Amino acid sequence: MAVTRFCVRTYRQDLRILSSPAAKIGLILFLLVLLTLPLWARKYLVFVACISGVSVIGALGLNILTGMTGLISLGHAAFMGLGAYTAAILSAKAGWPMVPCLLSGAVMSAVMGAIVGVPTLRLKGLYLVVTTLAFQFIVQHVIYHWESLTQSDKGIKLATPAFLGLEFGSYDSFYYVILFCAVLVAVLTKNLAMSRTGRALVAVRDRDIAAEIIGVNLAKYKILAFVVSSFVAGLSGALYAYLLGLIAPDHFTFNQSILYVAMIIVGGMGTVLGSVLGAVFMVLLPEVISAVSGPLASAYPTLAPRIGGISVVVYGLVIILFLLFEPEGLFGIWIRLKRYFKTWPYTY
Amino acid sequence: MGFLELHNISLSFGGIVALSQVSLSVESGRLFAIIGPNGAGKTSLLNCISGFYCPQEGGIKFDGRELVGLRPDQVARLGVARTFQNVELFGRLSVIDNMLLGRHNHFRDGFFKNILLGYLAEQETVNRTKVEEIIDFLEMEKWRKHIVANLPYGVQKRVELGRALAQEPKILLLDEPMAGMNLEETEDMARFILDIHQELGVTIVLIEHDMDVVMDISQRVCVLDFGQKIAEGTPEEVQRDHAVQNAYLGENYETMIKGELRS
Ligand SMILES: Nc1ncnc2c1ncn2[C@@H]1O[C@H](COP(=O)(O)OP(=O)(O)OP(=O)(O)O)[C@@H](O)[C@H]1O
Ligand SMILES: [Mg+2]
Repeated sequence: MAVTRFCVRTYRQDLRILSSPAAKIGLILFLLVLLTLPLWARKYLVFVACISGVSVIGALGLNILTGMTGLISLGHAAFMGLGAYTAAILSAKAGWPMVPCLLSGAVMSAVMGAIVGVPTLRLKGLYLVVTTLAFQFIVQHVIYHWESLTQSDKGIKLATPAFLGLEFGSYDSFYYVILFCAVLVAVLTKNLAMSRTGRALVAVRDRDIAAEIIGVNLAKYKILAFVVSSFVAGLSGALYAYLLGLIAPDHFTFNQSILYVAMIIVGGMGTVLGSVLGAVFMVLLPEVISAVSGPLASAYPTLAPRIGGISVVVYGLVIILFLLFEPEGLFGIWIRLKRYFKTWPYTY
Repeated sequence: MGFLELHNISLSFGGIVALSQVSLSVESGRLFAIIGPNGAGKTSLLNCISGFYCPQEGGIKFDGRELVGLRPDQVARLGVARTFQNVELFGRLSVIDNMLLGRHNHFRDGFFKNILLGYLAEQETVNRTKVEEIIDFLEMEKWRKHIVANLPYGVQKRVELGRALAQEPKILLLDEPMAGMNLEETEDMARFILDIHQELGVTIVLIEHDMDVVMDISQRVCVLDFGQKIAEGTPEEVQRDHAVQNAYLGENYETMIKGELRS
């Protein structure tokens, strides 16, 4: 059928992520900036970029579970902690090299994800949230109190990361490890979203009954979402451990879990671009706050002791504002801007 | 031995008896209608077949396999597709995505191929082509990329039928596909159902309140009342049946045609 053959070509065009040449050039420029960043940026900026990269990976992981599949988790930092501590212990105590440590961290977290996922098959909404919350506190507690393994708040110092004889001890060099992982996870997540598995996850999120009637095994896909999400979280945590070189229990607290929920709300639920935007936004926000509050404190010395608390207030405010006025997050704003410029200068 | 065989199905919720001792046999290739007043147990019957309810008694055989005890997704995988009285679609997704979801079990790639290839996988194109054929078949071209929740109710019902068709089912269970439609939409829907039955040769079980439609298009009719089967036969036989006439308002059956819930 001639018509069908014609259609086959247009489907791919339908689906293409980068439809215009401008978008392609934009992406290439953006990648160039990212690739050359350590060459021209100050050390602190490189560090912030590294933190952003780790957060992007973490946010992608949470967005697979919460944004795509609709399973809300307040225990994301616990999964990151599992990955981080697995990598740290294997690196410090067993002397494993970087790549096996990173992968073990991710796998360890994924296995725990499967275990946490099973009871949540029977739980919905608030009950699920409470289960993940309990998991968060259990992991926090174990990390703090299993001193022989985790050295509690003394922390664990990791060996200098190395791969194929190359050392990644500095921020400048480890930046590339993080960048590679972040781009890889983002691309694979995008692929996931645009394939059968991703659609099934969204089906589970949007309607249990309808998902079942078309033959989607709810249990299988809920567990899958937990496993994939915590695998990615574990990887993110392991990278974080290597980045800091020393990890302690307070890196993976309940506050961190909330921060990740904030990232995907601010960025946009269930989208890859949203995860990226949200993570970067939430990492940069405290930087902006401290840049502003520094001069503020010297201008009004009486206020100085209170200014530390401002950042928490601003976090809360940002989340509330996004929930109220932009439920689709930065992703939604981005889409609208794009549409605006596509039709510019016509405003219809 | 029929294609779909229900044997003495009984189902009750607490004290309410939804179905009692219902037996049915649908032969392959039939267009089989189930009618009955409100609350007669028609939807409950479909829910038993598709695995949402588990009857306390009786068995359901489809294509030689026992269905009772299977989960809905397992039943679906055996080739049973279904639409609902109150549309069950993925409202936030487009028409195309809804229908692609209907083809969930026709994709052959697994998780790892999915994350490596994404939309470039050959399976995406193969299944997308199939979906486009069904969209053409149901004359839904102009809504292809629309978000389902924004479409009129009549179109949503059509999308749901399309999603069921996308499953390439051996049997299609339709729960009041014309409910809430205007005359023109009803006629379109009747035409599609006949086309699906005749051109694609799918066995269809149809629940419908609209008597004109049922009498027009179905080959065999079964009547439920208060959870019991009170009659079965060709449309003409059923119309002449006294028990049926009594069930419908207990009066003459003219009222049944004209008055029966053209809602
Ligand atoms: N999940 C349930 N819980 C309790 N009672 C139920 C349930 N589902 C159905 N029933 C009861 O079973 C009986 C049959 O309902 P069912 O929905 O099957 O009727 P129906 O023939 O489809 O009616 P309608 O024409 O209104 O769609 C009704 O009395 C209903 O209240
Ligand atoms: Mg009903």
